[in-house]
Amino acid sequence: MFDAISPQLIFGQLLIGLINGSFYAMLSMGLAIIFGLMHVVNFAHGAQYMLGAFVTWVLLNYLGIPYWPSLVLAPVIVAVLGMVMERTILRPLQNLDHLYGLLATYAVALIVEGLIRQQYGSSGLPYSSPIPGGVNLGFMFLPYYRLWVVLFSIVTCIGSWLLIEHTKLGAYLRAANEKPDIVETFGINVPRMVTLTYGFGVGLAALSGVLAAPIYQVSPSMGSSIMIVIFAVVVIGGMGSIIGAVATGYMLGLVEALTKIVYPEAANVVIFLFMILALLVRPNGLFSGAEKTR
Amino acid sequence: MMTRILLLGVLAVLLIAAPFFAYPVTLMTILCFVIFACSFNLLLGYTGLLCFGHAMFFGSAAYVTGYLLKTTGLSLELALLGGAGATALLGLFVGLIALRRSGIQFAMITFAIAQFVYFLLLRAPFTGGEDGMQSIPRSALFGVFDISSSFTFYYVVLGITVLSVWFFYRIVHSPFGEVLKAIRDNDQRVESLGFKPERFKLVAFVLSAALAGLAGGLKATVFQFATLTDVSFPISSEVILMTLLGGLGTLSGPIVGAGIIILLNDYLADFGEWALIAQGVILLLVIMFFRRGVVGELDRVLRKIRARRAS
Repeated sequence: MFDAISPQLIFGQLLIGLINGSFYAMLSMGLAIIFGLMHVVNFAHGAQYMLGAFVTWVLLNYLGIPYWPSLVLAPVIVAVLGMVMERTILRPLQNLDHLYGLLATYAVALIVEGLIRQQYGSSGLPYSSPIPGGVNLGFMFLPYYRLWVVLFSIVTCIGSWLLIEHTKLGAYLRAANEKPDIVETFGINVPRMVTLTYGFGVGLAALSGVLAAPIYQVSPSMGSSIMIVIFAVVVIGGMGSIIGAVATGYMLGLVEALTKIVYPEAANVVIFLFMILALLVRPNGLFSGAEKTR
Repeated sequence: MMTRILLLGVLAVLLIAAPFFAYPVTLMTILCFVIFACSFNLLLGYTGLLCFGHAMFFGSAAYVTGYLLKTTGLSLELALLGGAGATALLGLFVGLIALRRSGIQFAMITFAIAQFVYFLLLRAPFTGGEDGMQSIPRSALFGVFDISSSFTFYYVVLGITVLSVWFFYRIVHSPFGEVLKAIRDNDQRVESLGFKPERFKLVAFVLSAALAGLAGGLKATVFQFATLTDVSFPISSEVILMTLLGGLGTLSGPIVGAGIIILLNDYLADFGEWALIAQGVILLLVIMFFRRGVVGELDRVLRKIRARRAS
């Protein structure tokens, strides 16, 4: 029955896959950056993504601030909240088993999602696209906003990667991960750097939330549902590997889309099957080198 | 020793008298979750493994037990064993995959696999999808004893719970349990002593899955239905909370935790989202300030008093 599939359907699904992949990539990257430096699996990442979208919605509907300023404002607001959370909750736990960090961020996610749901209800709130319209490419219709999201996320991912792998600041970050006490003797304030890194990762999550607001509905559960996929992405890509997270994110978005074309029933589970397969074939992650991850 | 026997006696009288004063279904829910929390404690408290999707065992056993009771003429205890056996098998598969990574990644993998199981059960033909599995019969125990009244059934559930807790106690106090605790504290050391930690972890995981399955099957017979809620993440999260709140790695901790959380849920059932928010706040408080849990903290206070008296 493959001849029944129209090119419109194929390209349409691939675009959806690319969009989803963009969000997977950006969120997984933030998670990987935070994990790389702090060894904390930030379960609140989904809630922070959702907060990014909600802050954008609130800024528009209560203060009349449109999309473009929100693209900067919302991530900054959520990042500041994240940094406060790092200081008050994650800092006291940093010398304990890393499981406590995971559970504490989970508890925060539970509280945040519950409060938002209590305030705004479970159903999604609409947010209209800041760049309406689109272009007909002949084989498919491409909305401008979606093109913007894909391009913007690619730039953000490359930019963050360059920042961490190819600048002095990034070198300090990586060094602080390996040997914090030695980096401290160079006169670098490591705790402050940890706070800023967490803020950066949270800001990325919120930024994804702003981008998502016009595409998906702004709803309290948007974060927790995407978190499940993000966890799988990070496990497949190899924990703490930025390139691994980004590449796996885009790849899984497309894999999901292709599954939807070929066998729609399996679209919900294909990512998990992929994870299981990856674990069986490459137990240390697809993008981790010879070193053993833990 | 005398006080301990006395305490156990008082507890026994309370448990036997309980359905005369409280709603039996609530009591039975607590007992099911006591078993469930024990199974979780075996992993996190005694082996150091955080399973972030334990509901996959609880919920799938609820379906399997329910299915057996609905479609076959099996008596209650056989259906429960069938459910527990099925989840033991599921536990073996999941364990073989998830135990390829340790620590925090194990948690994330179990989380993702649990979601996978959720989707499978949503689509599976025998589960009833979104509607769930309704009107599961309470077949006679051993094929003879009638347990259709909740009052009588309470004592059956109580008996199974006592047996399960005893089973759990035997596991953690056996040489096998000692190895598990050693793995929790330092698995490389255990490996250097000639044990294979992976194998011990896998056995613990399978045992825990079976015990969680027993709890889920029992829950399905108490409520006489099984739904997707039983496999969903909030259940996984509740059992984490119960275990941490009661006291990680203590025998009675998860029992206390299960009681508190079920009663709290009951109390907050009419307040919408506040039940979940309260759970989040409690979890956060326990992690930040009372990592020993209720039982652990009480134990510490009692020890301090005793030490002061002795000096």
